[in-house]
Amino acid sequence: MKEEIIIAGFGGQGVLSMGKILAYSGIMQDQEVTWMPSYGPEMRGGTANVTVILSDDRISSPIVNSFDTAIILNQQSLDKFEDTVKPGGILIYDPNGITHPPTRRDIKVYTVEAAEEAARMKNAKAFNMIVLGGFLKVKPIVKMDNVIAGLKKSLPERHHHLIPVNEQAITRGMEIIKEENI
Amino acid sequence: MGKTEYKLLKGNEVIAIAAIRCGCDGYFGYPITPQSEVMETLMELKPWETTGMVVLQAESEVASINMLYGGAATGKKVFTSSSSPGISLMAEGLTYLAGAELPCLIVNVVRGGPGLGTIQPAQSDYFQATKGGGHGDYRLIVLAPASVQEMNDFVDLGFELAFKYRNPVMILSDGMIGQMMEKVRLSPEKPRWTDAEIEERYGSWTVKGKPSTRERHIATSLELDSAKQEKFNLKLVAKYAEIAKNETRYEKIMCDDAEYLIVAYGSSARISQKTVELAREKGIKLGLLRPVTLYPYPTKAIRDLLPQLKCVLAVEMSTGQMIEDVRLAVNGKVPAEHYGRVGGMIPSPEEVLNAVENLIERNKK
Amino acid sequence: MTTQEMIKPENLVYSRTRVLTDNVMHYCPGCSHGTVHKLIAEVIDEMNIQDKTIGVSPVGCGVFAYNYIDIDWLEAAHGRAPALATAAKRLNPDRYVFTYQGDGDLASIGTAEIMHACNRGENIVVIFINNAIYGMTGGQMAPTTLVGQVTATTPYGRNVEINGYPLKITELIAQLPGTCYVTRQTVYNPLTVRKAKRAIRKAFENSMLKKGASFVEVVGTCSSGWKLTPVEANQWMIDNMFPEYPLGDMKDI
Repeated sequence: MKEEIIIAGFGGQGVLSMGKILAYSGIMQDQEVTWMPSYGPEMRGGTANVTVILSDDRISSPIVNSFDTAIILNQQSLDKFEDTVKPGGILIYDPNGITHPPTRRDIKVYTVEAAEEAARMKNAKAFNMIVLGGFLKVKPIVKMDNVIAGLKKSLPERHHHLIPVNEQAITRGMEIIKEENI
Repeated sequence: MGKTEYKLLKGNEVIAIAAIRCGCDGYFGYPITPQSEVMETLMELKPWETTGMVVLQAESEVASINMLYGGAATGKKVFTSSSSPGISLMAEGLTYLAGAELPCLIVNVVRGGPGLGTIQPAQSDYFQATKGGGHGDYRLIVLAPASVQEMNDFVDLGFELAFKYRNPVMILSDGMIGQMMEKVRLSPEKPRWTDAEIEERYGSWTVKGKPSTRERHIATSLELDSAKQEKFNLKLVAKYAEIAKNETRYEKIMCDDAEYLIVAYGSSARISQKTVELAREKGIKLGLLRPVTLYPYPTKAIRDLLPQLKCVLAVEMSTGQMIEDVRLAVNGKVPAEHYGRVGGMIPSPEEVLNAVENLIERNKK
Repeated sequence: MTTQEMIKPENLVYSRTRVLTDNVMHYCPGCSHGTVHKLIAEVIDEMNIQDKTIGVSPVGCGVFAYNYIDIDWLEAAHGRAPALATAAKRLNPDRYVFTYQGDGDLASIGTAEIMHACNRGENIVVIFINNAIYGMTGGQMAPTTLVGQVTATTPYGRNVEINGYPLKITELIAQLPGTCYVTRQTVYNPLTVRKAKRAIRKAFENSMLKKGASFVEVVGTCSSGWKLTPVEANQWMIDNMFPEYPLGDMKDI
């Protein structure tokens, strides 16, 4: 198994931490992982993205040009990364703020209305976990137990009381993700 | 024995953790992107409360490297970290450390230059690192990690080599290895050395205060007598030859049947490894030789592969620096060319493959 | 009375401290360095701390201090002695660590290092020799060169419009909360030599009390650089240096 994922959106949307939780979940099931962020001043308020690779074997390049899955959280990132999804791959996006939706027909496109759902849950911080839940529904590459274990590892101890809320958000994301027909 | 525990850490973070765990005595540094997490992690972990390690934010890179001189001369395991512009400021201290034969570790998380340049990854400081960097005839031992695990492993290894040869050691990394997170197995914890242990292992040379039973110890690089200075320079040459004999490290990937070879280190080696995978899918017999030590350079390892090779491509994020050492190794026997991206741009495995295919095409007989 | 009778221990009134080596000093006649070296060696001897003392020598005439005072030494790059001393002391808090620096080393190229080491309150001793000139390189202008003073690089005298003003670095250092003892001494006659020695001793004692940095400036002569005889140099120092660099303690906490 090898899954090459790009997660991209605004700084502050939890892009990097979503990637980190995913990577830690991979470690929990004895996989090799890499987490390679874009970094620099553009992270502040601008776009942020992270490439996460999970693999059963040693990972060569942590930087790749094409992805099995793109998780897209704003228009700029959609414009930038839609073309990088491998044919037959997956693109997941939150339609909130998207004015030009994806148009490719050789990939599977899903929407997860995470911003709206997070508002409904009155928990803006649940946003990225709802998105993660959606991803895990369509690509169950890590087991839920390992996600929880990964959460425990990546969250400081003082935030461990938030794990049930995060779990709830992941579950909610699994429920609300839907495939789009283009 | 429990299951081995793996952590998910950034290259920069693991440098700090590895230093504490291997019994490092002191860190002295100055913030610069993309490596500031090294000092931030140390400050967060407060090792002075546990192992007694000293951590100090210096007023400049110039001061940092000279603090290393002060600490190293007293026989302490000391290190600093910086990125390209900061390393240029440290060039002065580096040559004094090499001239005084003091052990220490310098981590360079390279970014694009010249000048302030960019904050994105680059490998454009190869010359500076492997040819000395400061004035005078000296060399650093240069280790080039290609993974977060190696960032961890090379801290302890770096100190070991530094003390064994009483020579500064540089870990030459870049923004990619520094900023990325990977699975890493931390090294076992080792206590800090006592003064007696250092003397027992490495002899009596430290500047600690002179008992009446011995001559005074002086850490200096000054010698006004030319004949004595030449003798010292030749002693260094002999030391470097010894280091080359014992410590040259490299990794060969898919080289057994290779007709074409990429030579690449650090981040470029990771990318090129993917290129090898892609090439093999297309039936191209491509291999990768990854220098792990950049000084000493694995010249012989490249030379030994030449009989089976048709051409060699050096891949590095520079306009062509390591290619000079590759060409010295190849010595005109087969075509050897350079491919690189610069200024913080990272080549993709596909474009490297393209460069390999072009090279093969050009050299078809 | 024979020589043998004269050198009986009970007749001994003075002996050179054992903490000085037998090496012949390279300093010019009339230079203050030799006197200050001797005072430091005597203090180390009297405090019985030879095996606990680490000296950091500078670039400048004092570069070879390690040939004369019989202790372990670090030889620093130009101006960086306080950075070396910082690490040496922090990593070896039970050792007495001092820097020995001239005006070019401390107040020009090494201004950042001395200011920050003192401001951090490093528990070190700084011995600062101010003779208002670069001795070793052949008499060029120092940051402490007086207005109008002729040097190799101010052949028409120091002109403030070109060269700015003499830097009273010790007054600046005294403002820093990290220093506990800042004083300006000299060594041109027996009285001032004795006072300077007391200051150096106090500075060494301070360094084990965790009170911060102790800074002892010694206004000295450079008869070669000033192009005067040793006697003239002393008088020139009294007439010209002391008005600009008045002697005495600036801070003693």
